[in-house]
Amino acid sequence: MLIQKPADIAPSEITPEGVYFNRRQFMLGSAGLLLSGETLAALAGKKSPLSSADKPNSLKEISTYNNYYEFGTDKSEPAMYAGSLKTRPWNVVVDGEVGKARSFGIEELLKQPLEERIYRLRCVEGWSMVIPWIGFPLASLLKQVAPTSRAKYVAFETLQRPAEMPGQRSRVLDWPYREGLRMDEAMHPLTILAVGLYNDVLPNQNGAPIRLVVPWKYGFKSIKSIVRIHLQEQMPATSWNMANAREYGFYSNVNPDVDHPRWSQASERRIGEFLKRKTLPFNGYGDQVASLYRGMDLRRNF
Amino acid sequence: MTTLRMKNPATSRQPVRFNWLKIAVFLLALLPLARAAWIVLSGAAINPVEFITRSTGTWTLSFLLITLAISPLRQLSGWSWPLRLRRMLGLYAFFYGSLHFTTYIWLDQFFDWPGMLHDIAKRPFITVGFAAMLLMTPLAITSTQGWMRRLKRNWGRLHRLIYPIALLGVLHYWWLVKKDLTQPLLYGSVLAVLLGWRLYRRLRQP
Repeated sequence: MLIQKPADIAPSEITPEGVYFNRRQFMLGSAGLLLSGETLAALAGKKSPLSSADKPNSLKEISTYNNYYEFGTDKSEPAMYAGSLKTRPWNVVVDGEVGKARSFGIEELLKQPLEERIYRLRCVEGWSMVIPWIGFPLASLLKQVAPTSRAKYVAFETLQRPAEMPGQRSRVLDWPYREGLRMDEAMHPLTILAVGLYNDVLPNQNGAPIRLVVPWKYGFKSIKSIVRIHLQEQMPATSWNMANAREYGFYSNVNPDVDHPRWSQASERRIGEFLKRKTLPFNGYGDQVASLYRGMDLRRNF
Repeated sequence: MTTLRMKNPATSRQPVRFNWLKIAVFLLALLPLARAAWIVLSGAAINPVEFITRSTGTWTLSFLLITLAISPLRQLSGWSWPLRLRRMLGLYAFFYGSLHFTTYIWLDQFFDWPGMLHDIAKRPFITVGFAAMLLMTPLAITSTQGWMRRLKRNWGRLHRLIYPIALLGVLHYWWLVKKDLTQPLLYGSVLAVLLGWRLYRRLRQP
């Protein structure tokens, strides 16, 4: 196994998040007289009523414990190797069953009205985090390309660039990484494209420069470093389902009643907490999303 | 039970002195534990329970393989000293296995007995891991000179359980990995070589 290096910074030397943000607030406030805030704040997001009240995990936890197989299968590897990824220039192609297919440059995407969405994230492996994303609803992007009535599903693809993504040099998964949503899931107000977290751009290991976040589904549905969004009539193939269909379904809604063959999904360990907590159906977002699946057998459509 | 007992030939052969080799290996074998403790206590492990589970698990397997490497090493090199370390190394496999098992029961499941029974029954990788742990226990208990004497020929037969134990250990690792099989393959290959060597010798000399 990989040997993790102990931290060389004592916890006491790290600026607490509160102080850090106060300082940023102060600088923003004083500089705002001269400049527009946008140039100073790395990424500011309007507070959203859709945010969770749970206490977010630290930036260190969020950015050093990652599943991102393009940079290695061990959770410490993405933070070590993702630095090689070039996130500029970056374009996201949106095409397929749309009236106005086009490509979006990352600069344009960063100019969408941004919100801070504090979401719970539940990994299929039984751990969870709370992450303060900065992003905008996927629906607002899709509306700009005018989906046709034949657009039933949305397929996503991650960048494939083995020179910068060392994990892609081995065939752990069938690259590029693919994910998909049903159209109504994609248009749901909780579904966002994230471009930042903790008031800054995304660290590469978290899916820079732009990633999907679908908080009621297991984490692997939230595809990272997106380069293509394709609207289509057929249900798209998705990476983990292609790798092992018995264990990873297309929907992958967080469901404490449907076990993964190797892990019980009834409970989870929130990173930073000692005792496990009960997993909630749809990761606690059932009030907002359960209606999407009315009439479906979620044991079969897992 | 015999009352008139000779001094154990295995120990009386050597003069009474510190066995520096044994002490060195004993301390060396504690290093993985010290390292894991340091990483957890310094806060470097983001998910400490997962880290402890993985670290104790892989060290259990490593010590099983090191123990199994002793005989081939002696046969290939002609040295006899590795044999003196074998029991201790086997006990260390049991030691790290116990830590691994305790981590599962305590830190991971927090004594949720129905949950664990469900796990053992339903998840093959837990079933085989549990079986390996069960099989290791009688070997640890009978590792003393007293038990060696009492079991006579059967002691050797009993301790051949290490072969299925190591196989179950590798299988346990193999089945729990989500996708990247590099690590279990590594342990599996070493085990295949160590068992293959024994098979080869057996076939060559009737």
